[in-house]
Formats: sequence, C-alpha cells, structure tokens
Amino acid sequence: MLKDYVGRPTPLYFAKRLSEHFKTQIYLKREDLCHTGAHKINNTVGQILLAKRLGKTRIIAETGAGQHGVATATVCALMNLPCVVYMGEVDIERQSPNVKRMQMLGAEVRPAKSGSRTLKDATNEAMRDWIANPEDTHYIIGSVVGPHPFPDMVARFQSVISEEIKKQLLEKTGNENPDFVVACVGGGSNAAGAFYHFLEDEKVQLVAVEAAGHGVNSGMSAATTQLGKIGVLHSSKTLFMQTEDGQVVEPHSISAGLDYPGIGPIHANLFDTKRASFLSATDNEALQAVLLLARFEGIIPALESAHAIAVLDRIGAKPNDVVVLNLSGRGDKDLDTYIRELNL
Amino acid sequence: MNRLNKLFQQKDKNILSVFCTAGFPELNSIVPVLEELQNNGVDLVEIGMPFSDPTADGPVIQYSNTIAINNGMMLKVLFEQLKGIRAKVHIPLVLMGYFNPVLQYGIDHFLQDAHACGIDGIIIPDLPMYEYETLYKEKFEQHDLKNIFLVTPQTAENRIRKIDTLTDAFIYVVSSNAITGGNSNIQQEQENYFQRIQNMQLKNPTLIGFGIRDKQTFNTACQYANGAIIGTAFINVIDKSKNIKLDIQQFIQDVKS
Repeated sequence: MLKDYVGRPTPLYFAKRLSEHFKTQIYLKREDLCHTGAHKINNTVGQILLAKRLGKTRIIAETGAGQHGVATATVCALMNLPCVVYMGEVDIERQSPNVKRMQMLGAEVRPAKSGSRTLKDATNEAMRDWIANPEDTHYIIGSVVGPHPFPDMVARFQSVISEEIKKQLLEKTGNENPDFVVACVGGGSNAAGAFYHFLEDEKVQLVAVEAAGHGVNSGMSAATTQLGKIGVLHSSKTLFMQTEDGQVVEPHSISAGLDYPGIGPIHANLFDTKRASFLSATDNEALQAVLLLARFEGIIPALESAHAIAVLDRIGAKPNDVVVLNLSGRGDKDLDTYIRELNL
Repeated sequence: MNRLNKLFQQKDKNILSVFCTAGFPELNSIVPVLEELQNNGVDLVEIGMPFSDPTADGPVIQYSNTIAINNGMMLKVLFEQLKGIRAKVHIPLVLMGYFNPVLQYGIDHFLQDAHACGIDGIIIPDLPMYEYETLYKEKFEQHDLKNIFLVTPQTAENRIRKIDTLTDAFIYVVSSNAITGGNSNIQQEQENYFQRIQNMQLKNPTLIGFGIRDKQTFNTACQYANGAIIGTAFINVIDKSKNIKLDIQQFIQDVKS
C-alpha cells in the first residue's frame, strides 16, 4: 500500500538554488508528494490496517491543519469504514479546503467548540468519543502524542521517512548520514519520522523547529520547549505550555498543524538530553519561507513545513554540509492564508 | 479513623455522594455548598479541582471548570478556603480532579495541604494504577489519604482485583462507557455489568457514578452498589440558582425521597 497507494518512496530532491542561497547542500525529503499532500498518510495506512485486524468498525480522529483528518478519511474510504473527524472551530475556518476534502471522502467533520477551539480541543473531543465508544471504535491519533502506545506507534509508522532518506542519500552522496536533519514540530510526527533512524548516530545533528507565532515572548506562541514545563495532558507526561497552576495555555501559530500546547514525549526527551536542537520560526518568517521556496524551487510548501525552511540560515551548516529538510506537506490547503497574508 | 472508612462501616447502602466543582458558580461557593449538602443528609462530597482540559467530562462539568478557572480558582486558593472546614463539616470530603494541576502544585505539598484541611480521599482519573503504585502510594498512605480508582465496563477483571488491593476506601464504578453528564436511563446491559461487579465480592465498597442524576437512577444504582454519585445534575442545580440553599435542599430531598 505504501508503494502503490501512497506513492512511496517519496523523492529526496537536491534543491540547487536553495542550496546556493543558504550556502550549503540542501536535500528536500518530498513528503509533500505523498497521496493527500503530507506525511500524515504514512501513519493512517498503518493504523487502519491495525483497526481492521482488531475488528473495529468505526474510526475517529482529531485534526489540526486537516492533513491528518484528510489522511484518515482517505484510508476509511479505502477500507469502507465510517469516519468521524474532530476539528477545532477555528481550524475549520482557516483550513476550509481540507474540511471539504474530508466531507467528499465521506467523513463527518465535528467541530470542537470548547477552549481555544483548535487541535488540543479536537483531541479532547476525540478522547471523549473514544471513552464513550471503546468497543467498536479505533482512534487514529495523528501525532506522537496521547496515551501509550500511540507516541511509539506513530513514530514507527513515520520512521519510513528516515529509512528512505538513508538509502537515497547513500545513492546520491555515497554516505547514508547527513550532517543535519531539519523538521518542524507541532506534536512532532514528521520530525519523529525524519529523525528516527538517525537517533543513534550522534554525528547527525537533529534540528526541530517550533512555531514561535508572533514571537516566543509575545504571549501568542506555540514554542513548547521555550515556554513549557513538564506536565500531563492527553495521557502523556511531556512538555506543555501551562500556567503556574497547571492549566494548559492556549497556543498560537498561524499554522494549524503546529498549534498544539505540547510536544510528543520523544521530543521532550530529545530536548532534555540535547540530542536535538530546538529552534523556532515566527508566523512572518514562515510566510516569507513559503515565498522563498516557491520562487527558488517551484514548490509551494505547507505553512508547517515552511517553519523548517525559515531557520535554514540559523542551523550553522557549512558549505559542504549535507542538510536534509523534511518537507512534510504541500501548500494547497493554505492558499487562503497565503492570499490574505501575502497580499496576493 | 479515616472518615471514609468510618462512613462505610456505619452505612452500607443508599450512600449519596455529590460532586461539586470548587469555585463554581462563584469563587467562594464551595464552603457554603458543603455545609448545605451536609445539612441535607448527603453522606460524602467530592470537591472538583478545576482543569482546563477535563477529558472525562461532558459539557456541563467542562463549563463549571471553565467558570471556576475564570473566577480565579486554583489549588492554592482552594486549600485556603478549606482551612477550618472541619469546624463546620464532618462528612467525608474527597478531592477530585486531573493530575496536571496536582503535579504542578507538587505531590508532597498537595498531600500535606489536603491532609491539613481534613480531606479524606483523592480521585484522579488520569493517574494510572501503575504510576500510583510505584510512585505515590506510600506518600498517600503517609498522609492518610485514600486514593480512589475508577473502573468502567472495559476494565478487566484482574485489574479490578488489583485495584481492590490498592485501596481501602471505595471503588468508583463508572456506570457506562461514557463521559459525565449522560441522561439516558440505565439499560439492562449496565445492570448486567453492575451485577458482574457485585458478584466479584470485592473487599471495598462501591459507589456508582456518571449518569446518576435523580431519584430513579439513584435508586437503581443503589440496588447494585453501596451508593451512588451525582455530579452534572448538581452542577445544573447550582448554576444560576437564585437561592442556592433552597435549590440544594429541594434537589437532595427529591433524590432521597
């Protein structure tokens, strides 16, 4: 299924003009070319097979940007299973093409109306649904968050990304390990997949890029490692943005997929052990990075992935260094935002 | 002796427990509400510690949590309010809430302050059995605070048995696969599940909660357990009440009649 349906392996593309611009050797892992437009389907294909195996007859999911919702609705259509996707009301507004896509695929999109009405609240609603329907329903979590075994399972399903990078890089450069792997982090599924097979090799520098929103100290940010502390939410103990009293703080990012107040426990560990470095990009920096990639390489990235592009001048890569950037999704879903924010 | 143990020693049926979110509807509501519940013969009260993301709760209790947080309720404030409560209220009191605010307050600090106020037990639905047993059990016991576990129709028998060994207050039997605030009648399937739990002859007493809201559901639950817990329906009673004292009296008497 990964080969014929998803379109794997996705290309590892040497971005020549981008490399010249940043004065280093940049390869783009083209997860944006996956069926449905993002890496999210790597996980939903795995989990739908699991759901079938478990004999489940109904699927639920949460979604932020809508990419995971679309990827879930897609595999449900393929397997002929009913699908309910919870999505924050705010996200339904800013990602309306994906809402329509899910509906075309036969899924029901239910708005999450509590709290910040974004990804965290959609996750709350999906958990409530699962509590009420534990027997027939499988909950396909889209990121490396939530109760065990989801963080581990989702990371394994996404690890196909780094498995392919190794093979492709060996073919292209004679060395399977790059100097840097760069990926954006909301909950952290694409980063977990891109880092996975490099975790043990300390020479590979892992760079996770969080959404700074209006700026890390603006009060309108989603940069969890900068602003969070250890807490428990959605059955995971990891880093969360929260008040002194332990109430979860509502995050902000222009990108719906990064608008989560925590990061998966795997990333909290990478941060804690300093195995990965954590940078952040603001809404504006991400928007400029969208244009940069469009003009230099003819690729319109998703807002989420653009955060990773936005830090390329800050990772400390030298001219001969090999940098693999995980281009996790394409920008079609963000066109409304681009039209508005970039005055197109 | 812990007031919970004492209660179950003295009374083994029709125990009425009420859940109320602290800081709702007003920041200072909880103390007068506790007094009123005691005056009307409620056997024990679960004081809700509000949380921004109460994933096991339905819209009503979520709403009460949001209002309470907006009113400025937090653990520090709650313990301040509960200081001296034992001069007025003698029924067992249990704190119920999600783990994160407790973790941020500091477990040791939390248990000390709860004990100092005269709290008898703690219910934290998202603190799993393994973590409790390995990390916190000893500390809870040092402060004579009973940890109360929830079981649901999905809980495996051996897990229920294990829970029965980890606590000695009562077991919270969640009435169905549902979040709080359900309003359907108790179905045969649920009664079968209650019967299954009853037949296990656990050493701990049991209270049934979730979806218990009136005389009828209370009485049905009491056939299969030592009592039952009302939460959402009570929150609805005190929400926007013009005369809290009178409304509480009427509601409790209706349930107990």
